[in-house]
Amino acid sequence: MVLLQLLGVFALLSVLAVGGGTAILPEMKALTVTQFGWLTPDQFRDIYSLGQLAPGPNMLMVSVIGYHVHGYAGALLAFVGFFLPCSLITLATTRIWDYFKDSPWRLAVQRGMAPVVVGLMGAGIVAIAHTAIINWITVLIAAAVFAVLYYGRKMNPAILILVGGVAGFILLR
Amino acid sequence: MSDLPSGETNETVTATVAAPVRVPLWEIFWTFLVIGGTSFGGGVVAYLRNGLVTKKGWLDDEGFLAALEISQALPGLNATNMSVIVGDRLRGPIGAVVAFLGMTLPGSALVMILGVVYAANHHNQAIISVLKGVGAASVGLLLAVTLQIGHKQLEHALDISLVVLTLVLVSIFHVSLVIVLLTVGPLAIYLYRPHPARELKPDKTVFDKKGGE
Repeated sequence: MVLLQLLGVFALLSVLAVGGGTAILPEMKALTVTQFGWLTPDQFRDIYSLGQLAPGPNMLMVSVIGYHVHGYAGALLAFVGFFLPCSLITLATTRIWDYFKDSPWRLAVQRGMAPVVVGLMGAGIVAIAHTAIINWITVLIAAAVFAVLYYGRKMNPAILILVGGVAGFILLR
Repeated sequence: MSDLPSGETNETVTATVAAPVRVPLWEIFWTFLVIGGTSFGGGVVAYLRNGLVTKKGWLDDEGFLAALEISQALPGLNATNMSVIVGDRLRGPIGAVVAFLGMTLPGSALVMILGVVYAANHHNQAIISVLKGVGAASVGLLLAVTLQIGHKQLEHALDISLVVLTLVLVSIFHVSLVIVLLTVGPLAIYLYRPHPARELKPDKTVFDKKGGE
């Protein structure tokens, strides 16, 4: 039963992910933490952080949520649920895409959805910040990473993520 | 990358992606495996461009942008949608499967190892403190990425209203994403509906990269 719920929850998130990974974080947190009670808010933050430490899209961490709920079978179903629907939609749509290439509505969709996606990404930040920003040290870590990436010179964010982990190890015991 | 008229980027996609020789499946798998295994810190799109356009020459820049536009318009992550589209163009559905598996295998394996270690030690103070630091750093990273790709949506009153409306509905009123997408989405598209007297300029900034994937 819980396996079917896992599959359903992540399949729903899959088709809703029109704004990418960050945009579905509030919904993912609401479903896995509040509605089904599979994780505590802190566990959700920890698993999200694990995703930042691995290469590739950080949303691969959905498998860890599945593992947390129901072992390796849970991990597999969360992965399949999250990636199969959107991949099938993409596979089917990429072949008919050219039929729409001259539609004036394509630009309207692109232009109209852009601010909605930015708003959803903002909500995604709020969802993570809610449990990740817990004291002034975490505020400083977030502000420092933001300042370097936004105002500083171009560098790989992975280095700053690791520095954040080391800072946490030293300052957040 | 952000100022290309979208009409021009699309036509060439089929022509440019079609490889002159049949690319072996193992080569598709290996190329995406390398991209999936080295793209630390998000921003997978830059790694994809380097691997597919610069190194392999499977697509030119226009073909890459056209594929990216499809990835971004459809549900799912850019990285995996791109792997499906490019794999499909190279070798059909089996190519899509192989490319997708290459893209997701390294990260999935590593995150699962970390996840199993975490599950066995989630009361370990040292591990929790590291993850708290990573979580805080992620907030800074997400904020920077969101502002970088969304700053053009924070310049005009209509865009700002839609950003704020979406943010408030989700973060304060906890409205479900389904409802938000089915109400604010059509409203936003209607507000930017095609109009003969008004020419919309394509703005692809926000779609250059979905943040924090």
